[in-house]
Amino acid sequence: MEIPYTAKARPDTGLFNAKVGIWLFLASEVMLFGALFSAYILLRVGADPGTWPQGLLNVPIGTFNTTVLITSSVTVVLSWAALKMGNFRAYRKYQSVTILCALGFLGIKSFEYSDKWKHYEVWLNDGKRLTGHIEGNPYFWRTETLAKKKIESIKFTADPTHYAAPKPAHGDNAQAEAGHAEGKHEAMDIKTSDIKRLSAYMPSHSTYFAIYFTLTALHGLHVLGGALVIAYIWGPGAKLWRTDPERYTNRVEVSGLFWHFVDLVWIFLFPVLYLL
Amino acid sequence: MSATTQAGHVHAVHADEHHHELNFLQKYIFSTDHKIIGIQYGVMALLFLFFGFCLMMVMRWSIAYPDHPIPIVGGLLQTVLGKDVVKDGIMGPDLYNSFGAMHGTIMVFLAIVPLAFAAFGNYVVPLQIGAPDMAFPRVNMASFQSFFLGGVVMFASFFIPGGAAKSGWTSYSPLATLAERGYLFNGQTFWIIGMVLLITSSLLGAVNFIATIIQLRAPGMTWMRMPFFCWAQFVTAFLLLLAFPPLEAAGVMQLMDNLMGTSFFLPSGLMVGGATAVPISGGGSPLLWQHLFWFLGHPEVYVLILPGMGVVSEIIANNTRKPIWGYKSLVYSVLAIGFISFIVWAHHMYLTGMGTKISTFFQTTTMIISIPSVIILTCLFISLWGGSIRFNTQMLFALAFLPMFGIGGLTGLPLGFNFSDLHLHDTYYVIAHFHYVVAPGTIFALFAGIYHWYPKITGRFMSESLGKIHFWLSLLFMNVVFQPMFQQGMAGMIRRMYNGGATYAATGTEIGLSPEIIGLNKWVSTGAWFLGLSQIPFIINFFWSIRNGKKIPNDNPWHATTLEWATPTPPPHGNFTSPIEIHRGPYEYSVPGHPTDFTMQTQPEKGTKH
Repeated sequence: MEIPYTAKARPDTGLFNAKVGIWLFLASEVMLFGALFSAYILLRVGADPGTWPQGLLNVPIGTFNTTVLITSSVTVVLSWAALKMGNFRAYRKYQSVTILCALGFLGIKSFEYSDKWKHYEVWLNDGKRLTGHIEGNPYFWRTETLAKKKIESIKFTADPTHYAAPKPAHGDNAQAEAGHAEGKHEAMDIKTSDIKRLSAYMPSHSTYFAIYFTLTALHGLHVLGGALVIAYIWGPGAKLWRTDPERYTNRVEVSGLFWHFVDLVWIFLFPVLYLL
Repeated sequence: MSATTQAGHVHAVHADEHHHELNFLQKYIFSTDHKIIGIQYGVMALLFLFFGFCLMMVMRWSIAYPDHPIPIVGGLLQTVLGKDVVKDGIMGPDLYNSFGAMHGTIMVFLAIVPLAFAAFGNYVVPLQIGAPDMAFPRVNMASFQSFFLGGVVMFASFFIPGGAAKSGWTSYSPLATLAERGYLFNGQTFWIIGMVLLITSSLLGAVNFIATIIQLRAPGMTWMRMPFFCWAQFVTAFLLLLAFPPLEAAGVMQLMDNLMGTSFFLPSGLMVGGATAVPISGGGSPLLWQHLFWFLGHPEVYVLILPGMGVVSEIIANNTRKPIWGYKSLVYSVLAIGFISFIVWAHHMYLTGMGTKISTFFQTTTMIISIPSVIILTCLFISLWGGSIRFNTQMLFALAFLPMFGIGGLTGLPLGFNFSDLHLHDTYYVIAHFHYVVAPGTIFALFAGIYHWYPKITGRFMSESLGKIHFWLSLLFMNVVFQPMFQQGMAGMIRRMYNGGATYAATGTEIGLSPEIIGLNKWVSTGAWFLGLSQIPFIINFFWSIRNGKKIPNDNPWHATTLEWATPTPPPHGNFTSPIEIHRGPYEYSVPGHPTDFTMQTQPEKGTKH
């Protein structure tokens, strides 16, 4: 006997097999991201007052990336609808926009990542805390790096304000990013012996960046995986369209469902990490 | 494995479909057939069951005779693991911790779950619901391969510098992060990577099982005509689907803590050795790990027991020759267990200081979940009433399951109340409790299942006399091993001590563990080694019967009613030779006015032409 309902829907459920499968898979994905969001809430609620970093991410870039993903969500639906009506060319056109959006999203995200990895916070022995850039823009330095490289002092360009300091009246969230605008602050020399701790904005900097990088990297992997599947169906997998168009359309639909989930996760991630 | 006996048949069916010969690799290694995958899972899981048991037998030596050279295998361990790990053939605390953590991990995630859920589920569920295969055969294959890889990673971790994970099967932070900080890829890292692979495997399996049961039931197989075994597997699959991902998330976070230096589970101001501050950002929460771990951990308990209950109810119905009592109660109870099991997890955490209000909530839900469990056990007990019982090996195991699981379940109640748990927490009482549930409980059910379905898989019976020797010795020594642990636990003996409590022995005027309590260790250890010997008849039986067992007279040797016995033996690729239709419930035994004492589900009602 052959496996039934691989393409046609089962009458009493109204679903074909793969659609049941993808919904179940998404349910488990909800639990996966749900656990990480719960971790975020618990860590933030449990943080000492005033220590949770805020406003360190670039909201305009994040907003732009959000629109990129929403666009891809629209084109995924349009491509599936086109396929349903038998218009293979329109499907390919729309779906190529989806793939480009996915790549664009990942590109912008990696730019954001690398920007953070060369942005530093310094805790001085006298209790002062500064954020800014080290001359030469090195990546991933930590306190141990100074000793390992036998560096006696660093040239440090500080941001105008520290994120933990009281906000200016007009409440500019992106102040930290805007920090290196216009040279109203000069590079200063900080002796290594004065430094208690030094860390780039990387996962070990704080629980905030730990959860930020974990959540967004896991989401990024989902974007990458989804884009690969969509690209496979778009390219080499398209042979199926000629032999079994119904099953092919189902595949596009199922991959589209996954894509919407990936977008939805970002819709939650963006306000939680960038705005709150 | 003995597909050759029915080779002619297999080919005939293949010819109907797409005819092509499968070579050995395609047929047995990269198979997409649910039956082969079930057997693959079964063999792997039995091997890991044996391996996990061996770890424990070595640990029991250290508990009973601490700091004495291990007899028989001491030299072997020294050669394999190195002289610095096993000095003079003596098991040190580090190695004990490693073996303890891996015993738990292997038994839960590599032995019982794959055997109960993946092996039996894969082989039996599609047959019982009248499906030609699982809904996604290739996903099924990927599930097994991921499981296999996870097993390899876990096994390999014994041989890396620093040895396997040492922080208990629960891998509590910060211990798990700090235990082997010297090595970049330490046992804990291997543990997490192995777990991620195993979680992936069970995720793929769970999706497949649920989709199969929803979509591929044969015509006429309504939900309430499904054998209880399928219901149990259905709920189990949901537990795996929804409870495992939070552990995956926790695993990723712990991996970040170990490799990237984050502080998800590491609090501010963490000191090691009382003096050195650990160079971390701090701000994390050790409780977060415990919550995420037990959010999986408690549903996992039901993942371990529900398939066993399913197996036992099949065997009891078949061997009492009467319908299972209270089929609907069983179904609703198992669904209730499924739901409630998601809101009991923090009863593992009464001692963490999470607050009395939260403790009271979880204590209440824990008491509530015992109700459906008791209903299931009661239904199975009442099913025996008035039956003409056939005492074959599988029935003996199934019968023993009932009181053994009963002991395990009832001794859990004092652990569910937070006032009594304060005393019993982390003692041998806990070990005795959950081992009664899993060892003479689930494992007995699984043995019963092996004896029951073996003829369907191989076409031959297992030897009854060897089976009975296996049963009686196992029953005896299971109790010799676990009964004294209740006593030790109530006397306050703590778990996870390589010297079996010698540290806390009463000396002179100091109050501590009495010599009698510590002396029980020798009794228990001897019982464990004899329990090991008691498995020899089973191992012989298992292999010997493949070629030499008594041949089955027909495709339905137990005179059963469910669909797996309506297929050829062993079932060919695609399972059923012609389309089937289901006309009745799963347990129509001894129906009055019927010529035989069993009526198969495929048999049409009288008077209807078919």
